[in-house]
Amino acid sequence: MEAAVLPPRESQPRPLPDETLLRMHELMLTGRVLEERLIRMQKQGDGYFWIGGPGEEAFNVALGMLVDRGEGLAHDYLHLHYRSSATLLAMGADPVDALRQMKNTATDPYSGGRNFAGHASIRRWNVAPISSPIEVQFSMAPGTALAQKRYGGRGITIVQGGDAGTAEGDFATCLIWVSRPGNELPCLMIVTNNEYGISTPAATQHGEARISDRGRAFGIRSKTIDANDAEVAYRELEEAMRYVRTERRPFLLEARVSRLYGHSSSSGANLVKGEVDCLVEIEKKLEERGLRGRAELDAMRAQKTEELLAAARRVIAEPQPEGHTVWDHVFAERDVVQQNPIPCDNHGGGRRTPWLDQAH
Amino acid sequence: MATQVQAVRMALHVGETRLGVTDIFGEDVGPPLGGVFTATQGLATAWNSPLDERGVIGAAMGLALAGQRPVCEIQFGDYAFNTIDLLKLAGAMHWSSNGDWSLPMVMMTPVGSGIHGSIYHSHSFDAQATRTPGWKVVMPSTPYDTYGLLLSAIVDPNPVMVLLPKALMRVKARPGELIPGEPEDERVLSKMIDAPLGDRSKWRPEWPDTPDIFLPFGKLKRVREGRDVTVVAYGRMVAICERVAEQVAADGVSVEVIDLRSLIPYDWEGLVESVSRTRRLLLINEDTEVTNFGEHLARRVTEELFGELLAAPRVLAGKNLPGIGLSDELEKASVPQASGIEQAVRELAATSIARGASSAPRSRPAAPPRLASAELDHREAFARAYAVR
Ligand SMILES: Cc1ncc(C[n+]2csc(CCOP(=O)(O)OP(=O)(O)O)c2C)c(N)n1
Ligand SMILES: [Mg+2]
Repeated sequence: MEAAVLPPRESQPRPLPDETLLRMHELMLTGRVLEERLIRMQKQGDGYFWIGGPGEEAFNVALGMLVDRGEGLAHDYLHLHYRSSATLLAMGADPVDALRQMKNTATDPYSGGRNFAGHASIRRWNVAPISSPIEVQFSMAPGTALAQKRYGGRGITIVQGGDAGTAEGDFATCLIWVSRPGNELPCLMIVTNNEYGISTPAATQHGEARISDRGRAFGIRSKTIDANDAEVAYRELEEAMRYVRTERRPFLLEARVSRLYGHSSSSGANLVKGEVDCLVEIEKKLEERGLRGRAELDAMRAQKTEELLAAARRVIAEPQPEGHTVWDHVFAERDVVQQNPIPCDNHGGGRRTPWLDQAH
Repeated sequence: MATQVQAVRMALHVGETRLGVTDIFGEDVGPPLGGVFTATQGLATAWNSPLDERGVIGAAMGLALAGQRPVCEIQFGDYAFNTIDLLKLAGAMHWSSNGDWSLPMVMMTPVGSGIHGSIYHSHSFDAQATRTPGWKVVMPSTPYDTYGLLLSAIVDPNPVMVLLPKALMRVKARPGELIPGEPEDERVLSKMIDAPLGDRSKWRPEWPDTPDIFLPFGKLKRVREGRDVTVVAYGRMVAICERVAEQVAADGVSVEVIDLRSLIPYDWEGLVESVSRTRRLLLINEDTEVTNFGEHLARRVTEELFGELLAAPRVLAGKNLPGIGLSDELEKASVPQASGIEQAVRELAATSIARGASSAPRSRPAAPPRLASAELDHREAFARAYAVR
């Protein structure tokens, strides 16, 4: 897809207050340094696989800052994907936990060493487990959004995936299910478009001029934005979220982003040349507005790099999960979401039981 | 006296009025139809979904994540195959998040053959269901069990699949198997809870007052006691096996018939108890025979009870074919029939592998009469079709 299909910018976005821009920058920087540390860990053998979101920080940080964080229907539900670490950071996640998942330690709070880096699960913040199969989150999102529509209030469902994944049926599922006449759902559908699915350029597979155009057929308000600009990302997300929160209807937001280290460790995880870097862009703004000097920015980066290096050294020494724990949590023994007591004992095994039967 | 489909409806009514069920949904599940098998007529929380099975399962998952209690229907088990990816994900939700989330949802779907459903309304799903870890799987064969297992499914904190044998939907309960509170007269019950033909917009069901019955998962039901062979079946095959048992009893072959009911978890203790007595095992189900759930049970019995067996465990399942043909003859040649079950039972009963001095001598029933059946040359046909060429 050509950059030319981006709508001409009618006007510059309303500038963000200084403190918001500074906060965004700090989170974006942490996010970038975290991804660089994760890449390093993987390359040094302290992790089997890396995938993440360097290049998407402007958008993902804005998203995390604007989320109504919390547990239950009054707050936002998030169905994210494997490039969402900066969103979680902006929501308040500890970057060290991402390192733990990279090292698949027993202390990894997202999966206990079971899942790849970038596959978080945080129930207390309504963050559904991130899973590897592309686009499945778009089939689940209508469920949480339906519950929220019924509940009322301002909580919304946010679902995010890449551009290539929109070819999966789940994306069409989401378009249909969030726009049923009379049952429109408060769901913000986000496509972070980096113009690639692994190695395949979007332009060779997709005939639609803009992915966001697909919303139009369903009466879903849609927009394509340049998310390399932190202020555009923040302002457009703010507006899209305001619409979904108050109108209780869906919105499809296509965010154009960069993919600065390629697809994943499988494609080398090396810095690619020629893509716009949102971190460079926001730092230009800070310098232009006299909010930070170059030396100060460099010092910040050096300090964060140092901190995460030290954290990684500690994480590497943390214990790995023990083999027998594979039998933990095959079945839930109680409903952790509702905390409902279960009227009968029906779990029938699972915990450290090699057979899924009653004989244990 | 309820049919299976009425039992589903009554359980769902209890579910939505007393057990927190928030959504009963799927294709044609809401008014006016109330389900293609009428399983969801008259329910307050029943609604129609788009024609999108992946959407149905995905929405149920999202609802469950958001603290709702969804019961979704896949209209025919044959159309659950395009949801397998999401079923895997649902089964993995609790485990992959290391216990962070639970996913209390129920998926029910009509399965199996026996209604001349041709290639795409005859598939079984139990082989697939039981190899989807994280799901509990039940397959009731009576209205009472359907009621009790569905209620257990609703209150379980895990995803539970309720596989409903299509051919049993309209079969009535047997005397003595009433759901407490339901009227004995089937016409009275029908008047109360079956939607009328024609305009239903003003119709309201009158629900009988039925109690919360939570049949435990992982508990088999012995439907007939016997000495010589244990036959383990579920779903539509149970009644067929009972008839066969009746028939061979006349020749002095004593068959124990077990309705497994709950596939995951399953009642291993109960199986061991029975097989230890009869020392011969026949496993019956309709699903295709390669990587079949009966194979798993046969393997485990072989590994753990080998020393006690008088005959090799046998699995009689659906032929390993892409589908079930429409013609009666084709269907009969594809899924276990009474004649084939009878033959297998007689052969097993006549087998007593010689054991060492320690094994007690057992009575040997006379050799079975040769039956002319498609079963006879099946092993040969299978070998031909799946030979390496
Ligand atoms: C269902 C499925 N098919 C294939 C893959 C392998 N895969 C992982 S990422 C990816 C490309 C996704 O591209 P896109 O949706 O544009 O997201 P991006 O990675 O570019 O952010 C593929 C094919 C997968 N994880 N899941
Ligand atoms: Mg992409």
